[in-house]
Amino acid sequence: MLFPFVWALLSSLKPSEELFATPVRYWPDNPTLEHYRLVVENGDFQQALLNSAIVAVSVTLMSLVLGSLAAHALGRIRFRGRSVVLYAVLAMTMFPQIAVLGALFEMVNYFRLYNQLPALVLTYMIFTLPFTVWVMTGFMRAVPMEIEEAAYVDGATPFQVFYKIMLPLALPGMVTTGLLAFIAAWNEFLFALSFTQTPDKRTVTYAITAFAGSTSGMYEVPWGQTMAASVLVTAPLVALALIFQRHILAGLTAGGVKG
Amino acid sequence: MAPALLCAAFVALYPLARTFYLSFTNARFGDPNPAKVVGARNYADLVSDVFFRDAVVLTVLFTVVTVLAELVLGLLVALLVNTRFRGRGGVRAAMLIPWAIPTVISAQMWKWMFNDVYGVFNDILVNRLHLFPKAIAFTAEESTSFWAAAIVDIWKTTPFMALLLLAGLQLIPSDLYEAARVDGATRWQQFVKITLPLLRPAMLVALIFRTLDALRVFDVFYVMFGNRPDTMTMATYAQQTLVSISDIGYGSAISIAIFLVIGIFVTLYIVVFRPEEA
Repeated sequence: MLFPFVWALLSSLKPSEELFATPVRYWPDNPTLEHYRLVVENGDFQQALLNSAIVAVSVTLMSLVLGSLAAHALGRIRFRGRSVVLYAVLAMTMFPQIAVLGALFEMVNYFRLYNQLPALVLTYMIFTLPFTVWVMTGFMRAVPMEIEEAAYVDGATPFQVFYKIMLPLALPGMVTTGLLAFIAAWNEFLFALSFTQTPDKRTVTYAITAFAGSTSGMYEVPWGQTMAASVLVTAPLVALALIFQRHILAGLTAGGVKG
Repeated sequence: MAPALLCAAFVALYPLARTFYLSFTNARFGDPNPAKVVGARNYADLVSDVFFRDAVVLTVLFTVVTVLAELVLGLLVALLVNTRFRGRGGVRAAMLIPWAIPTVISAQMWKWMFNDVYGVFNDILVNRLHLFPKAIAFTAEESTSFWAAAIVDIWKTTPFMALLLLAGLQLIPSDLYEAARVDGATRWQQFVKITLPLLRPAMLVALIFRTLDALRVFDVFYVMFGNRPDTMTMATYAQQTLVSISDIGYGSAISIAIFLVIGIFVTLYIVVFRPEEA
């Protein structure tokens, strides 16, 4: 199950003459960090890492703020059409992004955001926000109603109730949804490919696929560097996944129950 | 609170309505003339478009193959992990790794493994197991490309499927199995009479979830094959038409068609499995 990742790791440590040896050598005899050095010193790649970090963090924060406000409304406040809205949100979490690519492309151009990072932040919300709202609504509903009622009796305003009571209690849920939003934004490719163009605006997923053309001739793919870059980009995610294992599983199954 | 909801509705619903509108126009990006409404012409073109037809066939086939494989393998893995053994926690943690790796990167890793000259996959098949007389260019040949992409998807998603099913398995009360054992039921009978029916809701959710995901597959195919015409999925065809060719009108019609195909699958699931009874 882990073999492709292990193989990428081994490949990234082999000097080119071992990497491109036939028959295939399984263990690096003279391990080297040369590929990593080249990748880390590559300005485009540094920029791509930074771009991905900016986009993913912004998307996560904005989804959490908007998502938890909306979730509080949906989980607590009674209003006409609440269940309709909730089902609409549910449907949106299943939404195929490709189906709105045309309109988003037009919108991005209209606001002159083509090849700008905000284009990605805005469009990524389309898949992170419904998900955040859905999962957070579940977490908000799990908070007993009595706590809130007690606060209202004591004269708290709805915003105070949200800020002082719901938010701290829903914090574990926010960690979970935030992680999932972050990973989704970090891994996104379709929008990054469609709405950015120049190397200085690419995210890591786009940068890695464009690696072959930019670092050498068209015909020789720099596999060593590609694997080193892959390991570098994946390592933080693997670490996050392992550290927050329980949170992620809880979030995924909450998201999964949405069926 | 209302602004947040309005914002969410706008973010999600406006683009869909707009795409629907655009699909009836001849809009092109960078065209100085304003777009005109051309009626259903884009859809008429779509019906006779062989590229689109091939893309639909490929995508549906891909969906059926990968989702079935993932369901069966995922169930097996979930059943295995649900038994007690040493290192179970470690295995469960490891199962998250393929899910966490960006699809683009897993496609890249596999492409290297599939390499016809230096790839480990060919080395194992040809030099170690002697299954084939000579190396195969898996990602270059038309007959193997589809399977190469399917393997990447199955590898990446089976553990995820297993985790969803595992959550379902753990909801089944263990006294049911004890009672069945007391009554002399075999393991197979327990599986068929207890596990499968009680796991049905979890399986259905995982199935719908994965089907929708597979129908819009883009990353794997794009990274492994670029815009090669024989390996175009619905999504890569739509993206290419919209972005590379800048044909917003026609591309939007393809997008709406994808939406309809996905809708058909969802309806089928609802009619066949009746989730409300599950």
